[in-house]
Amino acid sequence: MSEHSPAAAIAEVRGVRYSVGSRVIFDGLDLSVERGSITAMMGPSGTGKTTLLRLLTGQVHPQDGSVQVLGEDVPQLRGAALYALRRRMGMLFQNGALLTDLNVFENVAFPVRENARVPEAVLRRLVLMKLEAVGLRGAAQLMPQELSGGMARRVALARAIVMDPEILIYDEPFVGLDPVSMGIILRLIRHLNDALGITSIVVSHDVQEVLSIADRSYLLAGGRAVASGSSAQLQASTDPAVRQFITGSAEGPMPFHYPAGDYRDALLGAESEL
Amino acid sequence: MNSALRKIGQITLFLLSTLRVCVPALARPGLIARQVYNTGARSLIIIMLCGLFVGMTLGLLGYDLLGRFGSESALGVAAALGLVKVLGPVLTALLFAGRAGTALTSEIGLMRATDQLTAMEVMAVDPMRHIIAPRFLGGVIAMPLLAAIFSVIGLYGAQLVGVTLMGVDTGTFWSQMQDAVGMADINEGLVKSFAFGVACTLLAVYEGYHAERTAEGVGLATTRTVIASSVLVLIINYMLTAAFL
Ligand SMILES: Nc1ncnc2c1ncn2[C@@H]1O[C@H](COP(=O)(O)OP(=O)(O)O)[C@@H](O)[C@H]1O
Ligand SMILES: [Mg+2]
Repeated sequence: MSEHSPAAAIAEVRGVRYSVGSRVIFDGLDLSVERGSITAMMGPSGTGKTTLLRLLTGQVHPQDGSVQVLGEDVPQLRGAALYALRRRMGMLFQNGALLTDLNVFENVAFPVRENARVPEAVLRRLVLMKLEAVGLRGAAQLMPQELSGGMARRVALARAIVMDPEILIYDEPFVGLDPVSMGIILRLIRHLNDALGITSIVVSHDVQEVLSIADRSYLLAGGRAVASGSSAQLQASTDPAVRQFITGSAEGPMPFHYPAGDYRDALLGAESEL
Repeated sequence: MNSALRKIGQITLFLLSTLRVCVPALARPGLIARQVYNTGARSLIIIMLCGLFVGMTLGLLGYDLLGRFGSESALGVAAALGLVKVLGPVLTALLFAGRAGTALTSEIGLMRATDQLTAMEVMAVDPMRHIIAPRFLGGVIAMPLLAAIFSVIGLYGAQLVGVTLMGVDTGTFWSQMQDAVGMADINEGLVKSFAFGVACTLLAVYEGYHAERTAEGVGLATTRTVIASSVLVLIINYMLTAAFL
């Protein structure tokens, strides 16, 4: 545990630079997540939201800057130490990422079976409790292929909380859900955060849903956090980038067009100039 | 050429990291047994069927060929050596690559494409140890067993045609075989099918693990598995045949 990180920040990113090949994804990214809060990372598709989560879980390492999670310097961790940190975190993948050869019960039991020695009876009670928390105790014997998208995501959520993580990370939890499932997921995120004292990091481009539950939100664009604040602050913001993102307009500082040469030249010129 | 060398290097590194997790993976014999069953049972029927027809062909061909030199009595020896040393291991490996190898590649490729492997890593479970190692060991164990079954059924087929149909004497068929086929021949077959097991299973899990995360990527990886394993099996077969001469 490092002593200099303030007690309130459970995750902190400072001056991170990360590029893949010649493509710079982050350059000077700063953000911090307060313990016990719901913190949202918003931004258009392709800004690097999923990449940020990969940095936080130590799947990729920044070229520069620091990533601190639960007092650990993530890029320094390898092997057993990295796995020890990951056991204190849960992650909900966009499509659930349930193991297709295991049924719902075994999927939720999987992290426990692999990471701890727990008597079968205790494990059974634990798994059923978590499934009950997401309202799917009755689906315990179904296979992942038999679940709807919303149900799969709730099972994945039960699996993400089965090890009682201190941090729970959601990657695009609202994408492709019907309004009812959406409401259920929103309430679950809030409930898990408050009842279990979990710190939540929600990555999403669904502005209204995110703003309705986040304590604090960051807007990512162009490789850095361009704005941050409470939902009320962001909604009242006059910053053109924030306004563009919240109102969903094509005009504004965030480019709608992929960088290209002159439009007129392209239409008039030879094909090689494309 | 350069990219081929790089790929060979990558596969060698992958083999090393697989071998490194094989020892801890042995602590979970249940996972391995399930993979032996998966790969073995998947290929069993097709291997028995092919073994029978290859053996019957050997019976016909051997009877005709040996008959020209008046030595039909050596039919048992010829069929047994052909099956145990070459046809059993090689054809089993080719069928294995097409049946079990493709299934492994697409299974692992789909796990990659649907984030299952990443999810495991985030749950502090090493996919190399939990997914790759048991499948690799399962394939390496299953291959010699399947090759043995192929050869046994093949012998039965050769006997069916040679003895029952063509009238070679049963006694000579089996007793000459017993005298002429030695432990060295059996060992050659075992070594080969073990080597083929390593090659085919390694390529199958490697291609799956590194498949591009799209439906098309998984399909391409599956094709690469079949082609690369088949070529590699035939090359290894030549080298081992020469080595055992
Ligand atoms: N391994 C990689 N190789 C090449 N490009 C990548 C890789 N990972 C991410 N990217 C690129 O980084 C950008 C951000 O990706 P991602 O984090 O998935 O965005 P988001 O989740 O915000 O939609 C994308 O443009 C993507 O093409
Ligand atoms: Mg994403």
